[in-house]
Amino acid sequence: MDILYFAWVRERIGLPREQFETQAATVMELVQELRAREDRYAVAFSDLSALRVAVDQKLVDFDASLADAREVAFFPPMTGG
Amino acid sequence: MRVAVQEAPFDLGQESIDFARGRHEMGAIVTFTGLVRDSPEDPLQAMEIEHYPGMTEAALADIAEQAIARFDLGDALVIHRFGRLEPGALIMMVATAARHRGNAFEGAEFLMDYLKSRAPFWKREISANGAEWVAARDADEDALKRW
Repeated sequence: MDILYFAWVRERIGLPREQFETQAATVMELVQELRAREDRYAVAFSDLSALRVAVDQKLVDFDASLADAREVAFFPPMTGG
Repeated sequence: MRVAVQEAPFDLGQESIDFARGRHEMGAIVTFTGLVRDSPEDPLQAMEIEHYPGMTEAALADIAEQAIARFDLGDALVIHRFGRLEPGALIMMVATAARHRGNAFEGAEFLMDYLKSRAPFWKREISANGAEWVAARDADEDALKRW
C-alpha cells in the first residue's frame, strides 16, 4: 500500500510517501501500526482531531475500511482558497 | 466546466472575458479571486501552497459539478495555483454563470466554502520569523453547515 503525507505531517514524518505492507482492515488499525513503528509516527499521529485522511483520493473517516485500498494519505485540515 | 490546478499565473481579465463569451442564455456571471494577503505586523515574504496531485483535480471537479447541479448554473470555472507565490499574487479564481444573479452568487459562495475545506491544498506563510503552516479556521468548517 502507498502511504502519502502532506504539509506538517510530511515534515514530522520526514518523507512524502512510502510503501507499507499491512493487513490493517481499517484506517484506525493502520494508524495504530504506524504509531508503533517509531517516535516520529507516534508524534505525527498523536492527535487525530488535527488530521484528515483520504483513501484512494477520497476523504473518509478514521473508521473507514481499507479493503482494496491502494493509496492512503494523511494530512492536516485543508486550507485552500 | 473547467478545473485547472497550475503553478503558472493566470490572467484574471482574459479568463473572465473567455468565460463570459457567447453565453446567450445566461444573464449573470460572478467571479471571485483570492489573493496572497500581506500582514503589516509580520511582513510576508512568500506563501507556499502544497497540494495532492490527482485528488485536487478530482475534488474540485466534484465540487464544481455539485454547484452546477444545485444552483442550476450554466457553467463553472475553478483555477487554483500551487507553489511559491508573492504577496499580492492571485492564488485562485472561481467563476459561475447563471440565468439570474442570485444563483450565480450563491453558486460561487458554495464553491468557495467547499473549496476552502474540502480541496487538498495547504498554505504555508514565510516571513522573517520563519515558516508556518496556515491553520484551518473553525469558521471555514462551520461555513459548510449553511449548505
